[in-house]
Amino acid sequence: MDPMMPPPVRRIAIDRDPYVAPPRSTGNGATPATTIATRLRAPRAVSAHIRERMRVESVWLAYGDNWVVRDVSLPVRQGEVLAMIGASGSGKTTLLRSLNRLTEITAAAARSGQITLDGQDIHELEVNDLRRRVTMVFQQPNPFPMSIFDNVAYALAERPGRGGRRRRRSSEIEHAVADALHRAGLYDEVADDLERSALRLSGGQQQRLCIARALAAEPEVLLLDEPCSALDPISTATIEELIVELRDSVAIVIVTHNLQQAFRVADHVAFMHLGELVEYGTSTQVFDQPTKERTRDYISGAFG
Amino acid sequence: MSTAQLASAPPSGSTIARAPRERTNSWPLVDRVGYWLCWTVGISLCLIALAIVLFMLIKGISYLRPSLLVRSPAPSQVQSQSGGFLDPIEGTLLVAGLGTVIAAPLGVAIAAWLSEYARPAWLARTVESALEIIAGAPSVVLALFGLLIFAQNFLGFLSQRAASGAVYGRSFFAAGAIMAVLALPLIVGATREGLAQLPDRLREASFALGRTRATTIRRVLLPAIRADIATGTVLGMGRIIGDTAIIRILLGAALTIQPVGHVPLIGALRGTGSTLTSYVYENSPAGEGNAPQKAYAAAFVLLLIVLFLNGIVTWLTNRGGQSERGGLSRAFRLIPYWSRLNGP
Repeated sequence: MDPMMPPPVRRIAIDRDPYVAPPRSTGNGATPATTIATRLRAPRAVSAHIRERMRVESVWLAYGDNWVVRDVSLPVRQGEVLAMIGASGSGKTTLLRSLNRLTEITAAAARSGQITLDGQDIHELEVNDLRRRVTMVFQQPNPFPMSIFDNVAYALAERPGRGGRRRRRSSEIEHAVADALHRAGLYDEVADDLERSALRLSGGQQQRLCIARALAAEPEVLLLDEPCSALDPISTATIEELIVELRDSVAIVIVTHNLQQAFRVADHVAFMHLGELVEYGTSTQVFDQPTKERTRDYISGAFG
Repeated sequence: MSTAQLASAPPSGSTIARAPRERTNSWPLVDRVGYWLCWTVGISLCLIALAIVLFMLIKGISYLRPSLLVRSPAPSQVQSQSGGFLDPIEGTLLVAGLGTVIAAPLGVAIAAWLSEYARPAWLARTVESALEIIAGAPSVVLALFGLLIFAQNFLGFLSQRAASGAVYGRSFFAAGAIMAVLALPLIVGATREGLAQLPDRLREASFALGRTRATTIRRVLLPAIRADIATGTVLGMGRIIGDTAIIRILLGAALTIQPVGHVPLIGALRGTGSTLTSYVYENSPAGEGNAPQKAYAAAFVLLLIVLFLNGIVTWLTNRGGQSERGGLSRAFRLIPYWSRLNGP
């Protein structure tokens, strides 16, 4: 085995979920429908502190007259990773972007239903406050064309109430930046020169910088939109490991096209097709014992 | 990772093929004619540019004396006593500086609004048309308009008043302000182009961190297009330095700087004077001075300044995409319109 590849994360599964019907198959020795993904996954422990942060309730989303998300309901919990899978055009990215109201950037976007963050309707929150609490990492690494330090410092929560302009580079800010870089697992690689341009980092480092930036805002929910699709397998493995580590301190939602990835990182999986939430359940349930025909077809590669 | 030994080059003795030179023999006649036409036109253009520079170089060097650069013009029929063009050089710098200081922040603001907000749409379209009109207006028209404005009574503090109370309307302030209008479209254009080239994911990244559009523009977008802004500004400066009509109409006909009052800089800015372009005009056979040697020498200096600015544009454009860490780029950061005063 390649020594650069991190070892698989180990946990023991204890899956109980009110949203999902218990698996039909009860026979202990029954072999589940095996996919490639199943063979790559090691058993993992469920986080001890699971807490619901967001709730999506009968949400419909449209661009113009085209409804791309249809009547979706989901919980988003801290302490676990929620993966949204589905073919292109299934609405999973739109749903993800609606969680911090980034869909509103598109003028023609319309919505129905309710999304709450810690019990509050997100449309009643001030939009920039919401986006500081629910930050996002995109498919393409998009560091700002400035130094590594400035990239992270840009996202730091502003601390009001301190008279006058904050001094550039107070020790408080330096500490916060270093902390965010640590959490994103990037600090050791860049600590020697934080003033270096972020654009000089490799793709994987850039994406971890973007994660560091998203964490610097001290969010409650972290949204990841196909964060590894532009990266090589080694960078992908690093980031996947990071995602699993982060799930205790922040609720994580990841959209991915990569089923193996969903299987490796997620505790719960939501399968979407043509805007509808077809199946939601723990990843072992969805991958090994899907209850719907379409899910079975998708994860076995019949379409998508 | 296996650490296999990498060969540094193909084994010696093996033939290395390079891409062959392109040959036009097999091309259709039309393509060949077009190809050679492009070459001809390109080379002719180089020759014309070279001829201008050489001509001015020879004429300029043969007439340029160091004393010309440090002496003020003096009214005299005798060439040896009519002085140099220190005042016009100072005037050029004053007008260019004033025009740029006014135009750069305005231009960047307009460009930012047009690219990032542009609501309501009809207003954005109107602003665009207005910019096109300004860009297309001959500078002499702008100058006449400027005279109309700056001769207004309430703007008397920007120039000088006659004993009768009439406002003169000609001053460095007036010329600088109208020059700013001249430079504005260039700065707006370069800034808009820079903003348009920035990928949307940069904006999304900032919005997704809970930053407002205004913060995004100020702290992410404008710093990212420093090179474009600087390019537009330098182009605008070149336009200002090269213009004659506005100077002739809005800066008066005096060749020396004539301050108003005794406040050092403000007095000079309220007063009249000349620039290198008006000095060249004045001393050309068409002007009243009619001292072609001095016109050539001044024109040479003017050309040097413009070539220097062009060099800066090229340099800025070439390094546009790279990260900025040098001392000079730090100096550019000080220019107020991309100020990052509220930086972290």
